[in-house]
Amino acid sequence: MIRVVLPAHLRTLAHVDGEVKLDVDGQATQRSVLDALEASYPMLRGTIRDHVTHQRRAFVRFFACEQDLSHEPPDAPLPDAVATGAEPFMVVGAMAGG
Amino acid sequence: MSGVRVLVGTRKGGFVMTSDAKRERWDIRGPHFGGWEIYHLKGSPADPNRLYASQSSGWFGQVIQRSNDGGQTWEQAGNKFVYDGVPGTHLWYDGTPHPWEFARVWHLEPSLTDPDTVYAGVEDAALFRSTDGGQTWQELPGLRGHESGRYWQPGAGGMCLHTIVQDPSNPERIFIAISAAGVFRTDDAGKTWRPMNRGLQSEGIPDPNAEVGHCVHRIAMHRSRPGVLFMQKHWDVMRSDDAGETWREVSGNLPTDFGFPIDVHAHEPDTIYVVPIKSDSEHYPPDGKLRVYRSRTGGHEWEALTKGLPQRDCYVNVLRDAMAVDSLDSCGVYFGTTGGQVYASADAGDSWAPIVRDLPSVVSVEVQTLP
Repeated sequence: MIRVVLPAHLRTLAHVDGEVKLDVDGQATQRSVLDALEASYPMLRGTIRDHVTHQRRAFVRFFACEQDLSHEPPDAPLPDAVATGAEPFMVVGAMAGG
Repeated sequence: MSGVRVLVGTRKGGFVMTSDAKRERWDIRGPHFGGWEIYHLKGSPADPNRLYASQSSGWFGQVIQRSNDGGQTWEQAGNKFVYDGVPGTHLWYDGTPHPWEFARVWHLEPSLTDPDTVYAGVEDAALFRSTDGGQTWQELPGLRGHESGRYWQPGAGGMCLHTIVQDPSNPERIFIAISAAGVFRTDDAGKTWRPMNRGLQSEGIPDPNAEVGHCVHRIAMHRSRPGVLFMQKHWDVMRSDDAGETWREVSGNLPTDFGFPIDVHAHEPDTIYVVPIKSDSEHYPPDGKLRVYRSRTGGHEWEALTKGLPQRDCYVNVLRDAMAVDSLDSCGVYFGTTGGQVYASADAGDSWAPIVRDLPSVVSVEVQTLP
């Protein structure tokens, strides 16, 4: 079970409070977690990564275990603590703009 | 009893305002989608309870919302806008080729006859259509595929398709406007397009009389006379009497002919409204006086409408989609400002009063006349 923390505006779109819990098939990677997230919450498609290229939106970051994983390859394994649910995978809206 | 519903998009959310036909007391609901830029909200002429909203964010991109109950509740529709085929390039600000990239939906124009059909004008400039209530979107690629497309360049606000005008007498004919390419018209429901910019003169481009490249800010039509179009260009107020084939200037005695919105009285096809703005770098009214100008002669002769509007120390702007008219017997006129005020006139502009004064910066104003 993977825990995902969404930024407030995406929690509103997804109609969820607090963390999202996901079952991910196979290895936990950015791609597999986001695939599972979008399968459970299709209203989030296009808001975190591009519909077609799956490129991360410029002002969205991925944090976990006090690390910025945004520039890791999408198929790189996530830390064990994320894969086991001990730590959340955090989708973060960059602090920028107004 | 009849009434009106005013739909207001702002930089930080959308608002729905209703009143009876007197248009004196207002019920204001919102913000809907708080914190998001609501570029445009518009209702279907075929079903006034069906509304569409363009919700946008620099962080999270584009979302489309739809309401089936006049804006009381909303449901998310589709947000997948993918250019047809290989997108190719247009010109960037510096004149170099730049790939077409979807940024946002500027304008949603529901079909005149089918609540589930809606057009979307987007940045980078293209026209999309949905026939399933906004769930899926398909580009009408003939527009962007016009031979001039590779030479289109953005205006200061981005390369946006901001105006979509349907001809009520001919369902095959649609006008669109792009900053800074100009006006295009289709006569075959969007398959092919022709530029409609003859007579426009723009000093900011290499050939002031070029067929394409003009920064058209807005065009408007009266539904009883679809061959007559009015235009607020970057500079110049223009008129066409031959469905866009040729244009002539009707700025007349305006204090400045720069501005963004233009609209037509609901019952008088030669009565038009603009909001003169001092210049393209200042973006506020001349002399700190917020004045709507009305022409009852289809241009050339203009009168200032000031009653109820601030006549000192006012330095707001009125954006291109932020003016609308209702169709009650005494035509109502509405506009919103970048200072967060929404003004209404229930007497065709003779007098004005604020519906609300302190919203986020207003991007768009539309109005529905309810039975």
